[in-house]
Amino acid sequence: MSILINKDTKVITQGITGKTGMFHTSKCREYANGANCFVAGVNPKKAGEDFEGVPIFASVKEAKAETGATVSVIYVPPAGAADAIWEAVEADLDLAICITEGIPVRDMLMVRNKMKAKEAAGGKKTLLLGPNCPGLITPDEIKIGIMPGHIHRKGRIGVVSRSGTLTYEAVAQLTEIGLGQSSAVGIGGDPINGLKHIDVMKMFNDDPETDAVIMIGEIGGPDEAEAAQWCKANMKKPVVGFIAGVTAPAGKRMGHAGALISGGADTADAKLAIMEECGFKVTRNPSEMAKLLKAML
Amino acid sequence: MKIHEYQGKEILRKFGINVPRGVFCPTADDAVPAAESLGGKVWVVKAQIHAGGRGKGGGVKVAKSLDEVKQYASQIMGMQLVTHQTGPEGQKVRRLLIEEGADIKKEYYVAALTDRATQKVAMMASSEGGMDIEEVAHSTPEKIIKVFVDPLTGLSDAQAMELAKGIGVPEGSLVQAVDTMKKLYACYMETDASLAEINPLILEGNGNIKALDAKFNFDSNALFRHPEIVAMRDFDEEDANEIEASKFDLAYISLDGNIGCLVNGAGLAMATMDTIKLFGAEPANFLDVGGGATTEKVTEAFKLMLKNPKVEGILVNIFGGIMRCDTIANGVVTAAREVNLKVPLVVRMKGTNEDLGKKILAESGLPIIAADTMADAATKIVAAVKK
Repeated sequence: MSILINKDTKVITQGITGKTGMFHTSKCREYANGANCFVAGVNPKKAGEDFEGVPIFASVKEAKAETGATVSVIYVPPAGAADAIWEAVEADLDLAICITEGIPVRDMLMVRNKMKAKEAAGGKKTLLLGPNCPGLITPDEIKIGIMPGHIHRKGRIGVVSRSGTLTYEAVAQLTEIGLGQSSAVGIGGDPINGLKHIDVMKMFNDDPETDAVIMIGEIGGPDEAEAAQWCKANMKKPVVGFIAGVTAPAGKRMGHAGALISGGADTADAKLAIMEECGFKVTRNPSEMAKLLKAML
Repeated sequence: MKIHEYQGKEILRKFGINVPRGVFCPTADDAVPAAESLGGKVWVVKAQIHAGGRGKGGGVKVAKSLDEVKQYASQIMGMQLVTHQTGPEGQKVRRLLIEEGADIKKEYYVAALTDRATQKVAMMASSEGGMDIEEVAHSTPEKIIKVFVDPLTGLSDAQAMELAKGIGVPEGSLVQAVDTMKKLYACYMETDASLAEINPLILEGNGNIKALDAKFNFDSNALFRHPEIVAMRDFDEEDANEIEASKFDLAYISLDGNIGCLVNGAGLAMATMDTIKLFGAEPANFLDVGGGATTEKVTEAFKLMLKNPKVEGILVNIFGGIMRCDTIANGVVTAAREVNLKVPLVVRMKGTNEDLGKKILAESGLPIIAADTMADAATKIVAAVKK
């Protein structure tokens, strides 16, 4: 098992005809069972055509009806990306994964509140991963997103992170010392997003095939602290924690839109202290994340 | 993106919020004619820089005669204004705002910003206007009132009233205060701001509510749909290297240390900075070359880092995912040659085509120090600069 996706997941690609969408759909189809997983693309202007044999439909709803897909991955450019998320939600998918970087915060605020209103009214809940994230992977089964597949190995360690390359760093360290991954999840670097650390930690906690977790965060926002508090009371598995940005100055946006210290509580030091207090094994040396985890098993 | 107070007030005025009459002055000589055109007996001479805390630093003065206007304008223009937000070197004042004086009976604080935890818009207000709000939040948090606004429905009358009453706006001015709150919310949303702050919002002797200051931050992701806001950008207020970096789609931030670093990905870039510090040096910059780093981008990144005279060594940390290590290695070699690199360079590469990348670096004939891990890289660059 794994979290969120596995080899039987059927995926729709929104924005399949763009440069990024084409490139990564190709890569994802080459990975493990990808050729059977990526079953549809969406582009209203190119309905009826195909990309490498993957049929293109006019809408997510139609793609879902025709293929039985339950997950979508979104590469639509920033100006239209929030609308693409909403289209996936309106089609009642289980999960939408938004890779797009640079979506206006207001658009994300609107779509997140629309999603919550739909759920409150009794509508189906669609999970959102991202935006501005690398996606997620269940090694040897399926990868949905832009991460390099070959650094992963199948195994029993969960990885969750806001950052793309820092996730790869953790994964490569694990693989190097012989620890495979159950799933590796990039939740994205934007201030307004879908699944947060806490949501993914809950899933790893419930997953019988995950033994331990590396949780990686960065400066800005309350999410890591919230997840740590939850873990203190509920997490049954060892967790190694790292927060990037001890040296980041306050008030400066460090690349990610969400990586901005806005008060005393969201500095790296403050988050590391909370995580430690909540029972995480924290490190200030990102080169030893996997080594520390191994020592805890 | 930040703007000046006078620009912020233009926006507030456009949204119907009461602001003092004022004239923007690009030179000190414009101050007296500006004051004359405004009329009255009291004027405020205000330094226009992007940082807050200008009053305390001597950048805001009340003038009671035209002579004083002239005197203050020439004092403030060109001064190196130091506030808690500028850093010790301060920010040079290049622009002034001359405003009519206001009859201040009471000062409040009001702001709109996006709340990450609730994913709503937070409207904050306080009876303690005119002060540093961080200070108020720290020492008397009960004096800050917050309401969370669902962007699907907007700020309701009831919420706006809760804020206005909560900060003690007198009965006769409540309607105007509620109206101001609602207009500020509308302004925040429509301009794609990430912060819209009025500090102070004042109650005048005649019961009117007026915005005496205006501070805006805008979501850079949304600037594509606001050319009118992009036009307000003042490059003089920004770090020249950061502007240069943005031309090449590099995320760059100047820091105070001695080790330049070039990394792909924001999280890994911060982690690399932290590792440099952990092993005994300080990072000179944050620099994310992004996913699609070309030789040109890497070369520009090297040039940027080397413009900083404090840089004594460079650490390159690349995780090759989609971007291959050999591509980056070629970029690094070309860049190092082009800039005629004189400081020690440590390169750590991991991921796709790692061995090929390392080979290219080793065979380049350049004195590049190879490293296996981030920790190894940091140790080596720290040792190299100490030699």
